[in-house]
Amino acid sequence: MLTRIRNWLDERFGLAELTAPLREKTVPIHSRSYWYFLGGITLFLFGIQVCTGILLLLYYRASASEAFESVQYIMTRVQFGWLVRSIHSWAANLMIFTAIAHMFSVLFLKAYRKPRELTWVSGMILLFLAMGFGFSGYLLPWNTLAFFATKVGTEIAGQVPFVGHQMMVFLRGGEEVTGATLTRFFGFHVAVLPGITTLLILLHVALIQRFGMSVPPDVEAKWKADPAQAREMHFFPNFLLRELMAWYIALGVLGALAALKPWDLGTKADPFAPAPAGIRPEWYFMFMFQTLKLIPAKIWFVDGELVGILVFGLAGLIWLLLPFFERERNGRSSRWILGLGVFALAYMASMTVYGYVAK
Amino acid sequence: MWRNKRFAVLWPFLGAALAVSAACAETPNSCVDCHSALDPPYKVTQDQFAQDIHAQKGLTCASCHGGDPTKDDQDAMSKKAGFRGHIDHKDVPALCGKCHSDAAYMRQFNPSLRTDQFSQYLTSVHGKLLAKGDTKVAVCTDCHGVHDLRPASDTRSKVHPLNVAQTCSRCHADAAYMKGYSIPTDQFAGYSASVHHEALAVRGDLSAPTCTTCHGNHGAAPPGVGTVQNVCATCHVFQAQLFASSPHKAAFEAASLPGCVTCHSNHRIAHPSDAMLGTGTQSVCTNCHTSGDAGYDAADKFHAQLAQLDTAVKTSDELLGRAESDGMEVSQPRLEQDQARDSLTKARVTIHSFNVARVDQDIQAGLKIAGKTHQEGEAALRERDYRRKGLAWSVVAIVLVLIGLRLYIRQIESGGKI
Repeated sequence: MLTRIRNWLDERFGLAELTAPLREKTVPIHSRSYWYFLGGITLFLFGIQVCTGILLLLYYRASASEAFESVQYIMTRVQFGWLVRSIHSWAANLMIFTAIAHMFSVLFLKAYRKPRELTWVSGMILLFLAMGFGFSGYLLPWNTLAFFATKVGTEIAGQVPFVGHQMMVFLRGGEEVTGATLTRFFGFHVAVLPGITTLLILLHVALIQRFGMSVPPDVEAKWKADPAQAREMHFFPNFLLRELMAWYIALGVLGALAALKPWDLGTKADPFAPAPAGIRPEWYFMFMFQTLKLIPAKIWFVDGELVGILVFGLAGLIWLLLPFFERERNGRSSRWILGLGVFALAYMASMTVYGYVAK
Repeated sequence: MWRNKRFAVLWPFLGAALAVSAACAETPNSCVDCHSALDPPYKVTQDQFAQDIHAQKGLTCASCHGGDPTKDDQDAMSKKAGFRGHIDHKDVPALCGKCHSDAAYMRQFNPSLRTDQFSQYLTSVHGKLLAKGDTKVAVCTDCHGVHDLRPASDTRSKVHPLNVAQTCSRCHADAAYMKGYSIPTDQFAGYSASVHHEALAVRGDLSAPTCTTCHGNHGAAPPGVGTVQNVCATCHVFQAQLFASSPHKAAFEAASLPGCVTCHSNHRIAHPSDAMLGTGTQSVCTNCHTSGDAGYDAADKFHAQLAQLDTAVKTSDELLGRAESDGMEVSQPRLEQDQARDSLTKARVTIHSFNVARVDQDIQAGLKIAGKTHQEGEAALRERDYRRKGLAWSVVAIVLVLIGLRLYIRQIESGGKI
């Protein structure tokens, strides 16, 4: 039956010709090949986000008076609503985690080198977009923690020189975090960000398809010296089946988290209540939040928070353009980028832990 | 010449500066000049007097003591200048009352300040004893202080709500000083261990009662056996209304028992507990009721009713807590639990009617809610178990698929076809 359908499609659309690149695509096999799965897992989790997000849309109401109650309704009354919402929330966090892990694996395996600079750039923008998804989605249940975290987060954005205040007003839909903020965050979360993200994912995947999988420099040198050592597998079906196994494992982890630790709803936001103690952002913003907390109020005569924001902005820009700083000398690539990567990873991890441990 | 001319230009500025500095200079006060150098009790410093509300309102030493502070030495304290000197302890209330009873005069400083303190004082135990010639009793300055007197709203004032009990205790907790008055001196110790003190001093609730709330301030006197419930009723309105309609009202009056105080004590008022009811060791009911009488049985019923609802509320709380810690969304039944707790609080108030049927209405209302939340808690735990079973089956399915995939990969790659 399947063969008959394939033949029917092939006859009309030249399916065999269209899928030829897929059949011919190969994946290098070496001791660090398992890092190749991370990008696919991130993509899978994004797919989960889209599906569960659409299901949540059936019941969610984006207004300050109804948002919390609608999420509460989803969690308590809608059949498997708790599962859908918990998977959506957990998958969002896992997706950012795997995206960060993917980014560092690309960095340490030096997969960003020529000709893959734009693959790195598109991937970095996707990571920033994922964080944007997280920031905008965090507010949507309209609970106390999210409300005040958004207040703090948008206040920080307001510190950006020259355009900060305008940016804050744009994000909030006014001077304060109100129902207007909720509706525009909802708009960003379900329309603007998914549209841009989908286009960029297509570009990212197309670039990977165009350049193929990168091989770490040391392995590449070894294979160049002795081509007989070079090993690779077909993307379809060999690699894809393995990727499928990784997806199933991710699905199992997601299900376990949703069943054993359903995502907490908290209490409804009260804009007139004082900010509760221990307000903190999502874990992936924690290293920045903790750094800003530790910076003194004034550095020389400049506002400390402003210095922090400028440094993070500059660091983000350098990180985005990292492949363009790569220079090969005497056949050896720049070591400082690796050093920077190790430092960034250690800094982010330690500051995140410190942020959760510090009172 | 040119230089002199240039200097002359500065004259108007110098003149203006001198005029301003003269205007700003403090009015001479020879009283403080001398008294700041004297030993207590005659010592009064400028810093001390500057804190006094009277000084801040423009009054001077002469306002109370007479004399002329603008003159030096004996001229300042001459009879001709109206100098009265030391104010005798017994004359203090009348002196303070001279201004503080004059509504027209006081209005210019604080229109909302009462002007009946002196007339109230005359009705107080302090005032009556003073009139009889007892100079040991408190007069205005004993409680309010002198020369550094602050308004009652100032936390440093001796009559600020947080400091009143301490101020009263200076005399009333001094057994030697109070000897001869035939009243106990353990009121401050009792009050310090009371629920009222805890509310005021520990929780910082300035509306919580202190000595003057029940005894009055300027007209301070014991409330009296027959009217003590009226005093408590100023805050505990419902309890007093229920008590007034209860069989205890007439019985207490017949036995000359002081209403609320009979069960709750006066100064050492402990946090009320359900154990005060019933026939247990901490029961106050058994002070009057003995086995076999109707009140004894009713006491047991009251205790059992409250214990039943208290247990039901706690059981539901525990169940919902367990469900919540397992990640279940139970905010709605949690909210309903507040209503059950309200019913329990209401029943504890209704107890003052000492009417079993009336208390039972509140108990049943609370039990109905607690029963419902208990069911919701159980449903949440069943749902949790259902989810866990679902997870277990999903894991089995996923593991089977993984094994299948692994076997399939091995099959298609057999013979090195990779």
